[in-house]
Amino acid sequence: MSEISEEKIRSVRNDFPILSRTIYGKPLVYFDNAATTQKPNVVIDAISNYYRNDNANVHRGVHYLSQQATGAFENVRKKVSTFVNAGSSDEIIFTRGATEAINLVACSYCETFLNAGDEIIVSVLEHHSNIVPWQVACERKSAHLKVIPVTPDGDLDLEAFGKLLNDRTKIVAISHISNALGTINDVAEIVKMAHNIGVPVFVDGAQGLSHGPVDVQKLGCDFYAFSAHKMYGPMGIGGLFGKSSWLEKMQPYQLGGEMIDRVTFEKTTYNEIPYKFEAGTPNVADVMGLGAAIDYLNELGWDFITAQEIDLLEYATAQLQAIEGIKIIGMAAHKAAIISFLIDGIHFFDAGTIMDHLGVAVRTGSHCTQPLMNNLGINGTLRASMAFYNTRQEVDKLIDAIQRVKTLFA
Amino acid sequence: MTITETIDQLIKEFNQFDDWMDKYNYLIEMGRSVPLIDDTQKTDANLITGCQSRVWLSSEYKDGIIYFTADSDAVITKGIAYLLIRVFSGHTPAEIVDAETTFLDKIGLKEHLSPTRSNGLLSMVKQIKLYAFAYQVREKNS
Repeated sequence: MSEISEEKIRSVRNDFPILSRTIYGKPLVYFDNAATTQKPNVVIDAISNYYRNDNANVHRGVHYLSQQATGAFENVRKKVSTFVNAGSSDEIIFTRGATEAINLVACSYCETFLNAGDEIIVSVLEHHSNIVPWQVACERKSAHLKVIPVTPDGDLDLEAFGKLLNDRTKIVAISHISNALGTINDVAEIVKMAHNIGVPVFVDGAQGLSHGPVDVQKLGCDFYAFSAHKMYGPMGIGGLFGKSSWLEKMQPYQLGGEMIDRVTFEKTTYNEIPYKFEAGTPNVADVMGLGAAIDYLNELGWDFITAQEIDLLEYATAQLQAIEGIKIIGMAAHKAAIISFLIDGIHFFDAGTIMDHLGVAVRTGSHCTQPLMNNLGINGTLRASMAFYNTRQEVDKLIDAIQRVKTLFA
Repeated sequence: MTITETIDQLIKEFNQFDDWMDKYNYLIEMGRSVPLIDDTQKTDANLITGCQSRVWLSSEYKDGIIYFTADSDAVITKGIAYLLIRVFSGHTPAEIVDAETTFLDKIGLKEHLSPTRSNGLLSMVKQIKLYAFAYQVREKNS
């Protein structure tokens, strides 16, 4: 039994207003946290408070509000920097989310460093967002995309990875945690292997930052991308950690606004990092929301978050395995609280539709990982992705819902 | 039966159920009686692209009338395919082109026609209309 008291979880759940709503007259059981997490009151309030009291454009005005907004905005950059233990807050660039951060690096890094005949390595596990930008970069530069295979359990085959690495490899792009299977990749080892031959590593951390502490210096990675909305913050904001040594050498991604230093019709020079990569007026309100989310997570503490998620993962895995005809897809030794599964003889869409009517929100389909699904020989799965505010009682409701699905489609 | 009469009939059939589970049960039953598409017609061209369940829809035009057959790998989708076929199959291109398509609302299956990525049903209705429109154009030109 978990050592976390029910009172503690109840009080945490009270921080998230949406968790008390009903769906089709039944209490919501929200198990789609890998798609997006719910938002605590402090995040919602931070956004609303910004527009009510503090709204002004940043980095522009001499007036009080503008300076206050700039201070608050840059303060969140420092918070993010501390949160992921970057070397300096200049290494944190705000983007719309992980996808934009990936596109930024795929464009700006590849523009400078990728040449015809070079290679980029991704893995079978990747979300489409960490495949397509690299694929297109390769097409543009007549380079080649190489793919790390997965083992039947859903682990990356690091031996095969070792064989893919060579002097034509220009970057390795892998996820920290697989959104479809929950596998936690051994990023530190992958970085070590790549750095041995001088190849930088880009990490898609969309699922990484919500499940446990991330220390980019300890991981050793060169880039780390994240989305605020998957870590209890608002949608439409996220960021990129990039080692300053790389960022300094990369071309700007988008042009105009904040990223400009001096403009004449003959020549434009660019601002310093991180501003070089932040064109236009940034999404200040949602940056405030992101800051509030980081404060919230820091206050809650990773000890509580990881203990609760490990308990839910282990409990749900055992409960699911006890049902006849359930097959869990992805049994890696190190997993986040994400479980993909299939019910024998029942299409995931049918199961998901009925479970929805029972108030249980799971994700169905390919989870934007079609190459992985093809590799596994399936069209999709049901996916229950849990967060620290979920409970064992909710897992029981998931199990009940599966039993009803089984009866209905028997 | 006209298209409108079939729709009224369907609404009546579904209205006898108060419980959503009974509605789905009925839909699942219906899915088992869909006029199945010939396996040779399960081609990519007849595949309606929806992110979640795969739906194949084929049409045949005979003596001024369009006949539809379908299949899906998901049972609920198959049931809804059957509803659409019951409504639209066996009618002239003009009847199908002019028909209203909001009836799934009235039988309490609205979420299946929402323009999300979750299923190919909206595309299926569009495809039925498109077939009818194409046959109508062909009629006019012949």
